[in-house]
Amino acid sequence: MSDHPSTYEPKTGVEKWLDQRLPIVRLAYDSFVDYPTPRNLNYWWTFGGILSVCLMIQIITGIILVMHYVPHVDMAFNSVERIMRDVNYGWLIRYVHANGASMFFFAVFVHMFRGLYYGSYKAPREVLWILGCIIFFLMIATAFMGYVLPWGQMSFHGAVVITNLIGAIPVIGGPILTWLQGGFAVDQPTLNRFFSLHYLLPFVIAGVVILHIWALHVTGQNNPAGVEIKSKEDTVPFTPYATVKDGLGIILFLMLFSLFVFFMPNALGHADNYIPANPLVTPAHIVPEWYMLPFYAILRAVPDKFLGVVAMFGAIAVIFVLPWLDTSKVRSMRYRPVMRWFFVIFVVVCLGLGWCGGQLPDDMVFSIGTNSDGNPIGLNYVWLTRGLTFYYFAFFLIIMPWIGLKEDPLPVPASISEAILADHAKKKG
Amino acid sequence: MSEPEKDHGTVVGEDPNRRDFIYIAAGAAAVGAVGVIAAPLVSQMNPAADTLAMASAEFDLGKVQEGMQVVIKWRGKPLFVRYRTPKEIKEAEDVKLSDLKDPQTDADRVKKGKEQYLILVGSCTHLGCVPTFGAGDFGGWFCPCHGSHYDTSGRIRKGPAPLNLAVPEYTYLSDTKVKIG
Repeated sequence: MSDHPSTYEPKTGVEKWLDQRLPIVRLAYDSFVDYPTPRNLNYWWTFGGILSVCLMIQIITGIILVMHYVPHVDMAFNSVERIMRDVNYGWLIRYVHANGASMFFFAVFVHMFRGLYYGSYKAPREVLWILGCIIFFLMIATAFMGYVLPWGQMSFHGAVVITNLIGAIPVIGGPILTWLQGGFAVDQPTLNRFFSLHYLLPFVIAGVVILHIWALHVTGQNNPAGVEIKSKEDTVPFTPYATVKDGLGIILFLMLFSLFVFFMPNALGHADNYIPANPLVTPAHIVPEWYMLPFYAILRAVPDKFLGVVAMFGAIAVIFVLPWLDTSKVRSMRYRPVMRWFFVIFVVVCLGLGWCGGQLPDDMVFSIGTNSDGNPIGLNYVWLTRGLTFYYFAFFLIIMPWIGLKEDPLPVPASISEAILADHAKKKG
Repeated sequence: MSEPEKDHGTVVGEDPNRRDFIYIAAGAAAVGAVGVIAAPLVSQMNPAADTLAMASAEFDLGKVQEGMQVVIKWRGKPLFVRYRTPKEIKEAEDVKLSDLKDPQTDADRVKKGKEQYLILVGSCTHLGCVPTFGAGDFGGWFCPCHGSHYDTSGRIRKGPAPLNLAVPEYTYLSDTKVKIG
């Protein structure tokens, strides 16, 4: 918290000398050692630390990969194959980088759902939430451009489809598309600039992460009870309590990470991306990476080209304004008996959208017979996606404001320490 | 109190109007400078001169067999050259304009007397995927990405694509040779 006085005392002469010139050790001590942390944080709160590790892994492996990768349409694919076959431990570094992207998104989704459930976006943490949304958006852009670099079939045609989304904007879309691609099709200029930006954006993300942590330390952390820190009894020092808890979370997460890297490194990828890019043939079943699938499903749910793009970007934009859509006075859904069920449905809907995004739109979810032409009748993926898309937007635009006004929340504890004592009493009794 | 200050200000040249002028002039110069610096930095992303100098392609129609299509690369995109069967031509010509999302007659999309050869940019007008030959509900093309159906004239009939497959500019150099672009 901002009003927490610094307790750092430089012990050695060097520390004293430095502290008077650049108090960087003091900053680190006050932020990560003696920082007062709510004592009721659960394991869902370890994903912030996990995400920092993810970003570091991506930057380190990425810088190494650039030492061997060639951003040229004729050589990119082969240079990636060379990394896999000839470069010492190249296979390991590339698999860590490729699966690291998936792990990063998995962690960020958990982190976002946690924020949603415990109301971490509510006043005074709106700026903290928006900075997080910016990081998420930058992650999507970075991951998309990174996926283009191996210049496989999915890379190429993914780049074609996603850049053409911009072309859907009326009047100015065409010139912007040409400007973005650097030509009249996805080609060498596109690959070159995507490579440049893919290298840049992670450092921009790191910058926004610093702002995100700064904002977090100004307002203080939210916690499962959703009540602010009121006294010293509500907190424990960051070190050792949060450091150790985060450490365990990180170790468990890295075990999951290793499971993918060492035992199923291509499970989350697509086989077609091991075919060199061919502008003349689009793969029969083109899908983005799994973490983009919910947004891809929303794009396809809308029959109109421009409105589809609007809906897809709207699905991300609506997350930014969430702090002003929630009308409830209670922060944590632990004390919101109605809203928590809508939250559970929302999580299922998001998973459902991801599932639909990976299917062919006209395929059947289930059929109840056939019509006179012999075509099956029933629910196809387009209509299922439309239903799920409706709930996705309704959750933010209708349910959030409406339930907040109508719901009778459970009694909220007066303080964090009271919440903990009540929990203990319940367990004993 | 205010009088002497004002006098004092006038004497040493702190006329507020002159200050305002300096602020506005400096601000305008800064905005102009940023614009002048930004213009080349933005413009470099547009197609370079060599990219703009796109070659035209010549193609011998004798390579295409009736009922088939040949795909060639033209300006970084696929180009479809389809030799249509009489049945396919008739299907394309018989369609009522009122049934079309992007109304255009088949005659407008081919050269007169050469109705059998349909030359199109093979890039779906939805999001740029390459449609599959001979598939879909209308016997023309089907885009695997988001399910757009095109007829045997390359016109959009069903699905999210807003426009017909584009017809590039081309001329017949001889009876069987075309120059595209």
